[in-house]
Amino acid sequence: MSYRFALLLLVMAGLVVAFAPLPVQPITPQERTFEIDAHQFAYSPSELHVNPGDTVTIQLVSTDVVHGLYVDGYDISVEADPGQSATLTFVADKPGSFRFRCKVTCGAMHPFMIGKLTVGTNDWLYRSIGFSLLAIFAFFRFPRVAKD
Amino acid sequence: MELTRLPFLKSALKNRYPQLAVFIVMLVGYIFAILAGLIGTPVGSHNFSIVFVWIAWWAILILVAVPFFGRGWCAVCPIPLPGEWLQRGAVLSPPDKRPKWLNLRVPKMFRNIWLQNIFFLMLALFSSVLLTTPNVTGIVLAAMLFAAIGLSIIFERRAFCRYLCPVGGFIGLYSQTAPIELRIKDKQVCVTCEGKPCYNGSQVGYGCSWDVFPGGMTKNTYCGLCMECIRTCPHDNIAVNLRPFSADVAKPTARLDEAFKAFIMFGAAMIYAGVLLGPWGTLKDAAYNVGTGAWFIYAAVFLAIIFIVLPGLFTLAIMTTKSKQALKQRFMSLSTALIPLGLMFWVAFSLSFVLTNASYILAALSDPLGLGWNLFGTANAAWRPMLTTILAPAQTLALVVGLFWSARTAQKVNEAGTSTIPVFVYCFVATSIMLWLLL
Ligand code: SF4
Ligand code: SF4
Ligand code: SF4
Ligand SMILES: [Cu+2]
Repeated sequence: MSYRFALLLLVMAGLVVAFAPLPVQPITPQERTFEIDAHQFAYSPSELHVNPGDTVTIQLVSTDVVHGLYVDGYDISVEADPGQSATLTFVADKPGSFRFRCKVTCGAMHPFMIGKLTVGTNDWLYRSIGFSLLAIFAFFRFPRVAKD
Repeated sequence: MELTRLPFLKSALKNRYPQLAVFIVMLVGYIFAILAGLIGTPVGSHNFSIVFVWIAWWAILILVAVPFFGRGWCAVCPIPLPGEWLQRGAVLSPPDKRPKWLNLRVPKMFRNIWLQNIFFLMLALFSSVLLTTPNVTGIVLAAMLFAAIGLSIIFERRAFCRYLCPVGGFIGLYSQTAPIELRIKDKQVCVTCEGKPCYNGSQVGYGCSWDVFPGGMTKNTYCGLCMECIRTCPHDNIAVNLRPFSADVAKPTARLDEAFKAFIMFGAAMIYAGVLLGPWGTLKDAAYNVGTGAWFIYAAVFLAIIFIVLPGLFTLAIMTTKSKQALKQRFMSLSTALIPLGLMFWVAFSLSFVLTNASYILAALSDPLGLGWNLFGTANAAWRPMLTTILAPAQTLALVVGLFWSARTAQKVNEAGTSTIPVFVYCFVATSIMLWLLL
């Protein structure tokens, strides 16, 4: 196999891993409500799973100081005062995995007060693992091809 | 390609003033960071010490300085300066080079990087507190400054940098991957060179403060790029070269302290990704509440991962192929393969931390002590994560490149000539775990 052909194959395989649609079962969107308890320096629950298209309502209840909740990727947020609750509603229309994090400085570990929202499946993780495999295979192919 | 051929660059490096100018700026910044840590607001994300050291400096160090300039940071680092100036009795170069203090040689037993490894781990176990508490950052920065001064007075050259500095250990390990090196031009010239002024010093400058003989140097790890040998070499035999990435890691290490350094850094990046960036509050609590039972368990698990689990699995992996070479030898040389991937673990981890918190830099610039100042009108800049859409692809890219790079390295350092597939598998599994933690 020529070097160019192998390279072409590799690029194509890369594109497939990056963009090939993964099978999704059609699921009727639902309304989902989560009550999230925020305290220094964690959310509970800290991992949320919803389906794409769901209307998600988060009731943030702060049990000590002022905390916030900002969702990466969606760029939306909410803040709750101590002992109070605040509500954030949005349509989970972007699939994938997103961190949500505190947006109000609430003490030392504030920058690491983090939770995770997964909408559908975390495709990008699987695709990334696919890229890694590809990198290893490419490695096997290329040093030898390059010498031919 | 020899960069020192450029007359402008060469004279800028030979002359002491440009470096001194940078030194002074850095030293002022460093002392300000100590003071800010000690007297400024206890709120980390509004204190200059935390924001500039752990966000701004860290970002530049991991994302730019180490990957592209190797030990470039050490060339301008302020930490050893007061000690070095005291040790020399001069800031620039006086004609008198007699030792002013004890000038002892570091005992042989300590002339390795175990102490550095231990010092790094000590800080690593407290890192959740260190990263978030201005007071602690201030104290640690000051302690490093004073430790460097103390060691300069007792020992010759830069004992602190060479054997203790935890940052230096990190930089030294990964500087091997950088496309910059300082090397001699012609070995023969060194052989016949009288007095070896690059190591012993001369009228025009000091002997290598990193206790390295440039004539025998093959790796970036211990050369602090202080540029002194460019000044002292009478035969103009020192060059700064541009070279392919990771040239040094093609030479496998034959030292256990260096092999473990690779595992320490590799493991620490994974643990931090899980503890600091993961969604698990219990882990964060354990890491933060130093001294409690949970913290002791955290510390024990941390050390076990680094010293037992990772090296143990690695050993098991490489044992699956038969080889005439002794296992210990293979362990050490193949561990070199973890260096590029380890660097990329740190890059991927830091990208997330830095991009999310970079907006604090603006606010801290205007109000460095968190006292309500507004020097540049940016004190109230709102917190907002930056570039969240490219973060995940960028992390994947870093890790996949790191994996490929490590696979290549494994093949190069494989002296025994046996299959490197076990190392590939090991690196692939570690990369997948890291991806799972970060994405
Ligand atoms: S080893 Fe440490 S103290 Fe020495 S120059 Fe490098 S970073 Fe600075
Ligand atoms: S002074 Fe120059 S020529 Fe002499 S040993 Fe050192 S690098 Fe080589
Ligand atoms: S004197 Fe030369 S070899 Fe020694 S640390 Fe400085 S630049 Fe590196
Ligand atoms: Cu909070």
